[in-house]
Amino acid sequence: MSKRKYAPTHEWVEGKDGILVVGLSQFAVDQLTDVIYIDLPKVGVSVSAGQAVAEIESVKAVSDIYAPVEGEITEVNSVLATDASIVSRDPFGEGWLFKVKPSSDDPTSHLLTEVDYQAQIAGQAH
Amino acid sequence: MAFKTPLFELHQALSGRMVDFAGWQMPIQYQSIVEEHLAVRTRVGAFDISHMGRIRLYGPEAQAHLARLVTCPVASMTAGQVKYGLVLNEQGGTQDDVLVYHLGDHWALVVNASNRIKIWSLLLSSLPETGVRLVDETLETAMVAIQGPQAIALCSAIANLDFSTMANYSAQTMTYLGSEILVSRTGYTGEDGMEWSVPFHLANALAKDLKAHEIPWCGLGCRDTLRLEAGMPLYGHELDEGIDPIQAGLGFAIRKPAEGFFGVEGLAHRMMNQTRRVRRGLLLVGKRIARQGDKVYQGGLEIGVVTSGTFGPSVGASLAMAMIDPSYVQSMEPMEIDVRGKREKATVTPLPFYKRIKG
Repeated sequence: MSKRKYAPTHEWVEGKDGILVVGLSQFAVDQLTDVIYIDLPKVGVSVSAGQAVAEIESVKAVSDIYAPVEGEITEVNSVLATDASIVSRDPFGEGWLFKVKPSSDDPTSHLLTEVDYQAQIAGQAH
Repeated sequence: MAFKTPLFELHQALSGRMVDFAGWQMPIQYQSIVEEHLAVRTRVGAFDISHMGRIRLYGPEAQAHLARLVTCPVASMTAGQVKYGLVLNEQGGTQDDVLVYHLGDHWALVVNASNRIKIWSLLLSSLPETGVRLVDETLETAMVAIQGPQAIALCSAIANLDFSTMANYSAQTMTYLGSEILVSRTGYTGEDGMEWSVPFHLANALAKDLKAHEIPWCGLGCRDTLRLEAGMPLYGHELDEGIDPIQAGLGFAIRKPAEGFFGVEGLAHRMMNQTRRVRRGLLLVGKRIARQGDKVYQGGLEIGVVTSGTFGPSVGASLAMAMIDPSYVQSMEPMEIDVRGKREKATVTPLPFYKRIKG
């Protein structure tokens, strides 16, 4: 399992056996609260880094979710279709969003480390 | 530079998420909007609504002055009564929706924060030469709404007065911590409850009393989900300068005969047009939330526009209010709402979405 890295848009990425798991950061779900619905991408589609591929709806607002890396969607967390609130309860575990087969050997080099990401959100907290 | 209510520091200490609301720094939520919503529906919750405009009118011409501007039957109100009314523009559109308070020897008006300066200017520009004195006490007072099935009992305990026999939509003054305050059995949640207006310096003492009675603070986020479920309009959404109160379903707030108030000719003229869109509730089949401005379709034709939408925690569904072409409101055919490029099925449903069972 590779070290968790982050996109500036609050998605996290973790690698396992050449596949990257993507989810939302604790900060993101704390900001959203009251998650009602998540629209996930279709399995098999190709995505580029920074592309809006999913949307998450909270009582307050709807937000886009971006693919943190380039590649192909291989699996989505279909449990979220029946209970989207899992994302809020366990964003790094059961609440993962989708998996990507990256199209390059070093797909996460542009992403933020845990330390860098924590520094970014320190300036955004309400 | 935004206005701050006397409870601003308290909201911050409670991790309230502060947003700019009509020029005021207000808490949108403390924790979860859904939990705050359910607290009000099942028990009790308190809202800082100090951003609402509070204007008093004194003098022998106060009643006549109000009656010229507001649509509700001001002349027939008795002391202690509160009534919902509209302020129209010359074309019959809506400048604001307000509460009028008959306080015996004087009157009060509670207006939307976003319209306070507009209504104040209107009251001033049409002021008779003598007989009315206006006081805008918004910045010198705080206003707190205590709402929910336990609100009346808890307010009675705080005031050491029995409010259980107080009529709905009535107001009275009382002494609280040595000062005179104005309390009314009113609200904007669909629940029983009260609204208290207290001098600025007593706001935090009231907050202490609320805490002692375990009344949690609730933000403007759930105030919106609560009023939406209760089918209540929000200015800037279901009401604006281009929407008249009849099409918004607020004819009950227009006095009969409709005469003598500002904008009545414009309203009569508008009412000759029977194709004006009317306000209706829409229940969405899916969970996605329609938002203000989303278009409503039926059979490929655009027939309306969403004015407010949310997830209703007590209804358990995505719901919206919309202005719909009148020829389609009786239709049994499902409608579709374009929610960010994807059509969502919806059915017209009578308002309100939620009605409390009166105990």
